[in-house]
Amino acid sequence: MSEARRPYPRVLAVVPAFNEEESVGRTVEELTSVNPEVDVLVVDDGSGDHTARVARRAGAIVCQLPYNLGVGGAMRAGYRYALRHDYDVAVQVDADGQHDPTYLKALVDELAVADIVVGARFAGEGDYRARGPRRWAMRLLAVTLTRLAHHKLTDVTSGFRAANRRAIGIFADHYPAEYLGDTVESLVIAIRSGCTVRQVPVSMRIRAGGRASHTPGRAAVYLLRAVVALGLALVRRWPSTMENLSEEDL
Amino acid sequence: MRANYVLGLIGSLITLTLLFELMRRRRLREKYAVFWVVVALVTLVIAVFPATLTTAAALVGVKVPANLLFFGASMLLLGVSIHQSYELGRLEERTRTLAEEVGLLRLEIETIRASGHVSAPGPPTRKNPRDSSAM
Repeated sequence: MSEARRPYPRVLAVVPAFNEEESVGRTVEELTSVNPEVDVLVVDDGSGDHTARVARRAGAIVCQLPYNLGVGGAMRAGYRYALRHDYDVAVQVDADGQHDPTYLKALVDELAVADIVVGARFAGEGDYRARGPRRWAMRLLAVTLTRLAHHKLTDVTSGFRAANRRAIGIFADHYPAEYLGDTVESLVIAIRSGCTVRQVPVSMRIRAGGRASHTPGRAAVYLLRAVVALGLALVRRWPSTMENLSEEDL
Repeated sequence: MRANYVLGLIGSLITLTLLFELMRRRRLREKYAVFWVVVALVTLVIAVFPATLTTAAALVGVKVPANLLFFGASMLLLGVSIHQSYELGRLEERTRTLAEEVGLLRLEIETIRASGHVSAPGPPTRKNPRDSSAM
């Protein structure tokens, strides 16, 4: 498993999808056409529509969960798949098409100097902007995580991220299912267990379907939940999952 | 005092009977039943010997003995609710792990079948097809 025997890392793109039949096909096709050497695993998170069939037809490996677990559950299943099938890198990509697959290579390349690479939306590229409480929440999260990681992180809630073997091993065991756990707390867990985190600027596209919460009330609730989630993540006894399934036992 | 005595007695006896019946039918696990049996027995003791409650109240410094009873009872119920939330969270975490594993195993089976290593759907061959019903 030495680097010498593998000139190119084996990369798995993990796409958590819940009722995304309209966009998942395009996402998978784009991913494979831009990055032909990458395997795509779509984790169908208990969808009621034809997400799995569409993804399979588009050429993805499809893991169907029996019921909806949320992004955290879908991603942990993805990381477990990556671990058991001996992938070097796992990249999380959203199914709604907002992550531009042309940046995937940049994320993977940056893994040369880090264990986890986050595709950040505010770091120069693109024109993603947030205002009001939502913006404060993102600032607070970014500032705290930056201090923890000893590296400037501006967009920690981004779901576009790459993980190397070390991070895959951690995430296969501990990937929280709670709100914001799949983004913020998972980063805290990784940092606290010794992973280095870097970010790469990416531009996001308009979501193919659905909208982020933009009303002030919702944004305020988001801020509150972010504070709670972050606070808990920081003081939680690690590992925080109640049941630990060690991979060695499997 | 007559009414208190009768009510407490009836209440605790009904609880004990119910617990016994549930355990007999395997509807209640012993580890949870033990707690409720203790509660029912304490209630029984207080009902039969109200003096125990009065003495306890005097010891702690509560003027109206019934208040001590209410306080104790509400704290007890609060504790039980919290414990149940805890157990629920543990179960959710376990079912989550199971669901993930089921999804991954399903994928592995589909992959193996697609590659043709195993004969696809259809019951596995058995010497005696009736075995399956003899559970």
